[in-house]
Amino acid sequence: MTTVATSPAAKDSRPAGRKSKPSGGGIGRYLLIRFLLIFPTIFILVSMVFWLMRTTGDPITAALGGRLGPEQLAERIHAAGYDRPILVQYFEYLGQIFTGNFGTTISTNRPVSEVLMTYGVATAELAFYGLLVAFIVGIPLGMVAAYWRDKGQDALLRVFAILCYATPVFFSGLLFKLVFAVWLDVLPVAGRATTGSELEMQLLPNPTGLYTIDAIQVAAQTGNTEVLADVLQHAVLPSLALGLLTAGVFLRLVRTNVIGTLGTDYVDAARSRGVSEFRLVSKHAYRPALIPIITVIGLQIALLLGGAVLTETTFEWKGLGFVLIEFIKARDYVAVQGIVALLAVIVALSNFIVDIIAAIIDPRVRY
Amino acid sequence: MSNVLTITNLGISFATDAGAVKAVDDVSLTVAPGEVLAIVGESGSGKTVTAKTILGLLPETATMNGAVLLSSKDGSSQSNIVSLSKQQLRQVRGKDVSMVFQEPSTALNPVYTVGWQIAEGIRAHGEFSKKEARAKAIEILGRVGIPDPETRVNYYPHQFSGGQKQRVIIAMALVLDPGLIVADEPTTALDVTVQAEILDLLRRVRDEFGTAIVLITHNMGVVADLADRVAVMYEGKVVEEAPAQQLFSSPQHEYTKKLLAAVPHVGQGIVRAAARAEARAPGWTDQAPVVVAQDLRIEYPGRLGRPGFVAVDGISFSIRPGEVLGLVGESGSGKTTTGRAIAGLTRVTGGSLKVLGHEMHGFKEREFKKFRSDIGFVFQDPASSFNPLLTIAECVAEPLVVHGRASNPGAARARVNELLEAVQLPRAYGDRYPHELSGGQRQRASLARSLALEPSLLIADEPTSALDVSVQARVLELFAELQREFGFAALFISHDLAVVDILADRIAVLYKGKLVEEGTGAEVLGAPKDPYTQRLLASLPVPDPAEQALRREGLRKLRAAG
Repeated sequence: MTTVATSPAAKDSRPAGRKSKPSGGGIGRYLLIRFLLIFPTIFILVSMVFWLMRTTGDPITAALGGRLGPEQLAERIHAAGYDRPILVQYFEYLGQIFTGNFGTTISTNRPVSEVLMTYGVATAELAFYGLLVAFIVGIPLGMVAAYWRDKGQDALLRVFAILCYATPVFFSGLLFKLVFAVWLDVLPVAGRATTGSELEMQLLPNPTGLYTIDAIQVAAQTGNTEVLADVLQHAVLPSLALGLLTAGVFLRLVRTNVIGTLGTDYVDAARSRGVSEFRLVSKHAYRPALIPIITVIGLQIALLLGGAVLTETTFEWKGLGFVLIEFIKARDYVAVQGIVALLAVIVALSNFIVDIIAAIIDPRVRY
Repeated sequence: MSNVLTITNLGISFATDAGAVKAVDDVSLTVAPGEVLAIVGESGSGKTVTAKTILGLLPETATMNGAVLLSSKDGSSQSNIVSLSKQQLRQVRGKDVSMVFQEPSTALNPVYTVGWQIAEGIRAHGEFSKKEARAKAIEILGRVGIPDPETRVNYYPHQFSGGQKQRVIIAMALVLDPGLIVADEPTTALDVTVQAEILDLLRRVRDEFGTAIVLITHNMGVVADLADRVAVMYEGKVVEEAPAQQLFSSPQHEYTKKLLAAVPHVGQGIVRAAARAEARAPGWTDQAPVVVAQDLRIEYPGRLGRPGFVAVDGISFSIRPGEVLGLVGESGSGKTTTGRAIAGLTRVTGGSLKVLGHEMHGFKEREFKKFRSDIGFVFQDPASSFNPLLTIAECVAEPLVVHGRASNPGAARARVNELLEAVQLPRAYGDRYPHELSGGQRQRASLARSLALEPSLLIADEPTSALDVSVQARVLELFAELQREFGFAALFISHDLAVVDILADRIAVLYKGKLVEEGTGAEVLGAPKDPYTQRLLASLPVPDPAEQALRREGLRKLRAAG
């Protein structure tokens, strides 16, 4: 990260003798501060998760209470160290997280970090495709709606947007399954890939768990592109179900902001220089409108991950959301704690990335 | 040679929910090559609508009739803007006619470099490579007086000062060498010293490029400085058209006469201030001042580990009871900050500021609250200083209710009516909502509100700068009357020397947070000592072309000397 701070862009390129007062430091300084802020954010989130989980008592009793006798329970609680003072456990937990050790799940007795790795990549893949759909659908349609504001096209798109974000994922997901998998029978019903494809990918020397990448590896090594096709086909419906939810929000957001920037003087000024209407929307109004949009997108990522839980359950997509439900059912709070903490970290990180993107778009932040 | 622009019988109306509204009615104008035609008028007179029509920039709700004939600079082609298609309009804009906007800080897209924006306009018209367009952009930036254009072509708009931004916008308008530039209030948003520079540049544009200019403005000083011919618009019609010299020396139409009479002149107030000084009781100077600033310093904190911004840097002044101190300065000089500090709206960070005997440095809101009823504040923009959900009577009654003089707005109505009468508003206006009043009426209501508690100190922050000149004259007159009647002390903040001159007993000039000069109107305006005050005074255009030409020479010498 220090490379960011000392990159050429960080040098103060402001000329000497500039009259207006500087509005900010170099971008390096800005990003450094934003980066450093991640750590207290994560610390607070992780602590909150710990304390909230522990208000209900110790994890062993929660998971196994009623199934084991009191002595056995006490024995296991002692073995796991849950009978020590809560502050000691808290600091131990913080220390473990710092070294990447999230404890061991109670129900399946696997290291939580391993669970996070295995299922985390699946969720990451789904979230990536979902976001892709949201971008591809939401942003251009938002611009179209802004261009035809208050006309028929705009009204239609606004209804579409409302349908997108008002329909719960489990409902749209089931609908998609019914139409595309059952009636039309063109796409698979559920899962991340067929068993055959999964086996083939597991044979790879170093599988990443990101099926798209693994499938490309398979195709590169064996020339077998069927695995890739299979993986992508499986991704279509979940990505649509998840992505459209966010796309509706993006559409409205882009529309409102682009209409706002279309009314500004600089758009009129560009028009007075003979710039075409298309360019006015696609360049002059769009890019300044992106600045507030990017910020909201950062917040949307958190919602997207929440949506992923429902999507994964609907499509039996073996990701964090899918196993989160399993662990909650089993009252395995150690695992839940790890998953929630990871999601929190992802949200904090993605907000940092959003800040970087905002800085790239907005020169007033950069200089 | 034929005219670059011939407008004949132009009529424009806008379709609104309440039916068609006529904005421009039977207007005919011509502009010869290299000529500067000023269109003057108040807001709503149709001058901006006329200007936008020349570029075909009206919204779709507008219907036009008549003809707007625009010739290209070489006279090879002529087109009627009214009947052009969108595509044809696009061809004409920027090439045959271009526009300079009022607010330079919003007329440039903040996320693209100025070079990109200039080049875009060039490449929208014809076969230029990116490299050629860039070269042209650099050349034109140099010609409008941007130093080091090779570097600055890659700058973003926020890296330029306000005056430089306006230069960049003029460069954009000039780059394809159009025969006509429409400048809509090109200097209104700028400080007066910067305004003088931009007017010089526009004059050079006419002389060096031979570009004709349609100058839209409400400022008669600017007209006198730049225009060859003047058209006066009133309620959508051209009521008078004459060469500039003639219009100022012998205006024909009633409205023109009224407009010219309303323009404040420097020197108007000296007699009045002297008369007021005469009338003061002996021993007046011994009274304890209502405001005393000693080495006052106000610093805004910087963001996270960055140095703060010093807005006011060690100024000292005092206001005695019943006295009007005029505070003059450009944007960023710290004048508004000073006013806000006196009203307890901004924290004092150094020195001492005593308001009504109360020390404001490190003040506590609880202790200061009782003093608040003795201080009135009039804000700059009457459009945003009223809560849109309350009626005027409720707004005016609010200070009475807050300070326990009335139990609810209804109970205060009698007092509110008195106040509305004092500011010459009909009582019935109390039941209206702010948006139903004109700007001048709202500012009267704002005065009524600030006077509700009969304060001994009134702070007026640019109370007339958002108003038309004839409305401004009436509000200033009202202010003077009220001050005579109620006898409050006042801090009158303005960027306009002529306005301050009318009202103030003493004038203080702020420059970059420092007090550079203070004295009576006769001292400061009659014989300014500080070079900045001299420059400020010389930059102020006067509504008389002959005198303004002389003043321009004077300013040039002053600049050369400084």
